[in-house]
Amino acid sequence: MQDPTSQLNSLYQQVILDHYRHPRNKERLENGTVEVHMRNPACGDEIKLQLRIEDEIIVDLGFTGEGCSISQASASMMTTLLKGRHVDEALSLTGRFTSMMHGDEAAARDKELKDLRALEGVSKFPIRIKCALLGFDALQEAVKRTREDEA
Amino acid sequence: MTAPGPSAQTPALPVLDVERIREDFPILSQQVNDHPLAYLDNAATSQKPVQVLDALNAYYRRDNANVHRGLHELSRRATDGYEGARTAVADWIGAASPVEIVWTRGTTEAINLVAASWGGANLREGDEILLSEMEHHSNLVPWQLVAQRKGARLRYLELDDEGRLDLEPLPEILAGGRVRIAAITHVSNALGTINPVRELADRLHEAEALLLVDGAQGAAHHPVDVGELGVDFYAFSGHKMCGPTGIGVLWGRERLLEEMPPYQGGGEMIHTVERDFSTWAALPHKFEAGTPNIAGAIAMHAAVEYLRAVGPAEILAHEQMLVGYALERLGTLPNLRLFGPTSPEERAGVVSFAVDGVHPHDVATVLDSEGVAIRAGHHCAQLVMERLGVPATARASFYLYNTAEEIDRLVRGLGTVDSIFGEG
Ligand SMILES: Cc1ncc(COP(=O)(O)O)c(C=O)c1O
Repeated sequence: MQDPTSQLNSLYQQVILDHYRHPRNKERLENGTVEVHMRNPACGDEIKLQLRIEDEIIVDLGFTGEGCSISQASASMMTTLLKGRHVDEALSLTGRFTSMMHGDEAAARDKELKDLRALEGVSKFPIRIKCALLGFDALQEAVKRTREDEA
Repeated sequence: MTAPGPSAQTPALPVLDVERIREDFPILSQQVNDHPLAYLDNAATSQKPVQVLDALNAYYRRDNANVHRGLHELSRRATDGYEGARTAVADWIGAASPVEIVWTRGTTEAINLVAASWGGANLREGDEILLSEMEHHSNLVPWQLVAQRKGARLRYLELDDEGRLDLEPLPEILAGGRVRIAAITHVSNALGTINPVRELADRLHEAEALLLVDGAQGAAHHPVDVGELGVDFYAFSGHKMCGPTGIGVLWGRERLLEEMPPYQGGGEMIHTVERDFSTWAALPHKFEAGTPNIAGAIAMHAAVEYLRAVGPAEILAHEQMLVGYALERLGTLPNLRLFGPTSPEERAGVVSFAVDGVHPHDVATVLDSEGVAIRAGHHCAQLVMERLGVPATARASFYLYNTAEEIDRLVRGLGTVDSIFGEG
């Protein structure tokens, strides 16, 4: 087993703390097409995610919320990564990030995940994985609702 | 925020021989994340001494059978053990008779029993149920359910800035003449506040209302005599007081329990069964449908004997000494906010706090990496969090086996939190 101090350091990397202290896109998007409120009842972490989706492209997104460094940093990183992407691409990145959280090492080498790769250390802290996935849960729900509305 | 080194005044703790007590708790002598475990999450559940583990083991190895059914030796032993535990618990909390002790799964089930059975039979439209902002969800939600069903209304006592009940509006609330029952916690699991139960009981009785006390933290951390407290119902859980999970107690005045309808139907709780109706068994079996948690009751008996031998008053004094020390040490840390009464005499062994700019989960994760187990979250008390204006707190909670040295480790761990999260 890796020693706990270095595990802790890999959990709380500078990039993560930076996104936590200075979150990107953390303001409510007023002209969104869909808004999802996600809550982790076990710990109270909370995220409201707004997306503006036009012709399957995420043209803009924003979020508000409260919670631990992992949930808030992950949401912040997610918004920077997904702006301007096609919905299918966003879902694919979500899948790759989720695999990384569950310990998939190939996914952890996936450069396309950009800053989110810093969250790899979370996979060593099983009870925190849900925190890292909260924003992505909101994203998936938002896409689902948008597609249901269009269908 | 920087953690000072171990304080010069680490208090000697003369009340209890903690070193000796710790030998009874095998789980405490383990390494967690390469550090000795400092278990400071006792308000969630306590650890169990070998005496309790042995009682469980002996029951299943030697005496296991169903109770009140078999006409054979093992059934006699199981029944004796089960009923003997009831008598011991009755004696321990000063009940007038063992028939006033109803075994339940825990505090939650005991409160649900009263809300559904007493509330179902006695509450009318427009009646009021008095709660407080300090209540655990298990002393809120059962009342919400019965209030909705019966058209009753919930009223709340609020908290002052130190997390004590504000009793000033009480006369006015009671003067309305609509409060039928109050359900208030003995000790707050989120703040540690000890409530003035006797005073509440007297004032409610003057207004012809009943008082149920949530004793989940009370029975574990405070001497309890239901007669002296003057309450009508008292609910508590075995697992918070050195007993196993899945066993708890509802104590109620015999006259009240006698008049209440059954909560669940099934075996054990009937007298005769006809096609369209049944008649109920006498107390307390009327409220114990189905095969009960026999082993749990027997192990809870062992827990009661254990706590009795150590002494509930001594345990509270030990916890208050630890709380005093923790408040003093944590009080010196900048960027740290403490919640709850400032004087240790007003609280049992719970210290809730928040580190500015760091979410309690992150605090808990860092402490865990150093073997220090605390709780982070809303502690099933979202109304308290709302009152404090925070989404969650970090909480260290102590018991008879905790030491001042473990509090020093908590403080050192908070130094690590600062070194990771402090703006640098
Ligand atoms: C004050 C208080 N009330 C009620 C409960 C519920 O107890 P249990 O989960 O054992 O039923 C707890 C335990 O978390 C508590 O601390």
